[in-house]
Amino acid sequence: MTSSTSTAQGGVPAIEFKDVVKRFGDNVVLDQLNFSVAKGDRVTLIGPSGSGKTTILRLLMTLEEANGGLILIDGDPYTHEYKGDRWVEIPEKRRRVVRNRVGMVFQQFNLFPNMTVLENIIEAPVNVLGLKKADAVARAEQLLEQVGMSEKRDFKTNQLSGGQQQRVAIARALAMDPEILLLDEVTSALDPEIVADVLGVLREIAETTDITMLLVTHEMQFAREVSNRVLMFDKGQIVEEADPETMFTHPKHERTQEFLKAVLG
Amino acid sequence: MTENGIWNWEHAWEVLPDLLEGLVVTIEATVVGMAIASILGLFIALAMRSPSRWVTIPLRFVVDFIRMTPLLVQLVFVWLLFSTIPTLVVGFTVLGVHYATYMSEVYRAGIEAVPKGQWEAATALNLPKSRTWRAVILPQAVRNTLPGLGNYAISMFKETPFLFAISVVEMYTKAQQYGALTFSYIEPLTLVGLLFLLVSYPTSLLVRRMEIRLA
Amino acid sequence: MSDFLQTLTSRLPSLGDAILVTLELTLGGAVLAMALALLLGFGARTRSLWVRGPSRVFIEFFRGTSLVVQIFWIFYVLPVFGFKMEALAVGIVALGLNFGAYGAEVVRGSVASVPASQWEATIALNMSWFHRVRRVIFPQAWALMIPMLTNLLIQLLKGSALAYYITLHDVNFWTTQLRRATSETVYSFTAGLLVYFVIAYLLTWGMNALEERAKRRLGRGTRPSLRDVVGLRPAVGTAAITGRGTAA
Ligand SMILES: Nc1ncnc2c1ncn2[C@@H]1O[C@H](COP(=O)(O)OP(=O)(O)OP(=O)(O)O)[C@@H](O)[C@H]1O
Ligand SMILES: [Mg+2]
Repeated sequence: MTSSTSTAQGGVPAIEFKDVVKRFGDNVVLDQLNFSVAKGDRVTLIGPSGSGKTTILRLLMTLEEANGGLILIDGDPYTHEYKGDRWVEIPEKRRRVVRNRVGMVFQQFNLFPNMTVLENIIEAPVNVLGLKKADAVARAEQLLEQVGMSEKRDFKTNQLSGGQQQRVAIARALAMDPEILLLDEVTSALDPEIVADVLGVLREIAETTDITMLLVTHEMQFAREVSNRVLMFDKGQIVEEADPETMFTHPKHERTQEFLKAVLG
Repeated sequence: MTENGIWNWEHAWEVLPDLLEGLVVTIEATVVGMAIASILGLFIALAMRSPSRWVTIPLRFVVDFIRMTPLLVQLVFVWLLFSTIPTLVVGFTVLGVHYATYMSEVYRAGIEAVPKGQWEAATALNLPKSRTWRAVILPQAVRNTLPGLGNYAISMFKETPFLFAISVVEMYTKAQQYGALTFSYIEPLTLVGLLFLLVSYPTSLLVRRMEIRLA
Repeated sequence: MSDFLQTLTSRLPSLGDAILVTLELTLGGAVLAMALALLLGFGARTRSLWVRGPSRVFIEFFRGTSLVVQIFWIFYVLPVFGFKMEALAVGIVALGLNFGAYGAEVVRGSVASVPASQWEATIALNMSWFHRVRRVIFPQAWALMIPMLTNLLIQLLKGSALAYYITLHDVNFWTTQLRRATSETVYSFTAGLLVYFVIAYLLTWGMNALEERAKRRLGRGTRPSLRDVVGLRPAVGTAAITGRGTAA
């Protein structure tokens, strides 16, 4: 069992994993994982392929179901809870209340092809959060400005390049005003020369908001600039955690040293 | 159900042998019909590849006309037109020709699905055109068409009751005759439906497995 | 021939009525079939066995038992149980049930081929199930299913010719009446079949327009057609009619 508690200020953590178990068939991906992320933290998950990084983000977005343990958002049970001794699923209705606080940006953008850029962004704010359409549009335009996509407002999504689509996807996630933003290798489907644009957008968000961010990335330089904590995963366990400076310059654990050597060359 | 209930087992037992006799005709119709459809369909598909529009446009029209108008009406039409030809022959042929228009599409798709590299390889080996078709393209295309053939066979099987309109005594007509004779339709009609299900459902499972195997 | 034309002309008004009956059957059946197809198609996808099981049984039953048997069963047998319907209603219900079962497979297959990542994006935006389906999943599945629904619609129109045998005065009935009056088998049936052909052509044309629109909404469809994948009914190129080549 690995335990990792946030070093940041006290209070309820934004995210807390308690003994979370995740299996795919016989393959135990997460074995009683414990860790927490304080509000406003920017946490980067690193680790070899197959170590379970994506699985953690997908559990947080309820795209996968845990096989045991608790996931708490701001201290609230999210996907499962204990009723007495029984570990039970929380019904969709209650999950939706908590899920409003979590947003996600995908590696493959996953924009809706049947909507324009603007429609992609306002769809959920209007129909999920119940914003007035005019307000949602105003906010969407502001976000498009921020990600540098204002001119493409009325384009269909498949008329955009990958980098443009990803910037729209980021705006779409932000339009829901999430407290927590999950980013899973958001630049790895992009051509190298576009990566910097998207990272620039994310850097600005990190600087101008207090959104809690949990990100998986292979861009170590970016992780170093943006995050204040780095968690090194191996085989579904946290083997080391530190601030980025320490992690990247003086890794303690052997596995971390090997991994960073392989990635940084 | 009560003694003088709606369903009468005696009727059911009485009509069952008749229905099974009819089922034989139904299966015959399907087999003969699909044989015609498979062969004629292939010829249509090949003719549609003709470079001459004088061939393709009229053929396209005829095929679409047959495909988009009711089999039922076509059956009666041809039956009345050739009153000297045995009904069974008329029925099987019209079924076969109607389904040939479907099958031609299956062949077309099957031929188009053969990778271009196969044509190029045949050209590179300097195979004559007829040899290319017979030895390279068609064997692969036919493989692609097997699931389609299976699906249409099932579909035709379920459409053979249309033959009642020209009084071919297949399974449904048997049931109809029994109903008219005894004023009791429930047993024969229900049994016919179940017999169709009994044959078509397992067959469709087989075709689905074949689809997955060939995919 | 001129006799035939004279009789034909005198029978044009009744042709109007006959076409109306055929259209009522076709469109009524299609609406019922589509409603059932959506219900059963989504039902066959749910996790709950209590919904999925009955949906599957319904689909396989009405696909497996032959339209002819179904229509006559509803016409002759159902009244025994006290459900007596007008002949037109019998026709619509039989066509709707049969083609609803086929349509359910089309809906299920098309929805299944919308990428899972689209569902995931809707979850990440915290949409309700109904909202997801209505605004994101269905519009994408719709573009995929139209070509197959077009095939089913033409099959349904063709199946509606059975209505004549349950006492309805449809185009099939009109055709046989024309032949009886003129004794001209070839002319009468050619006229009748042409009427069916024109209706089928117009329906196909309308469906192609719908498809065009659905694809435009997706910013010009680039996805492959599902026709062959689900391959249940004539996977025939409606494209040929309009001379527009689509991948089959
Ligand atoms: N849907 C699934 N079905 C079965 N196994 C899965 C599934 N998703 C993930 N896994 C398994 O779970 C393990 C962890 O996968 P995960 O995607 O979380 O790794 P990761 O750390 O994100 O790797 P990468 O750096 O390659 O993205 C792997 O062994 C993978 O094979
Ligand atoms: Mg991953």
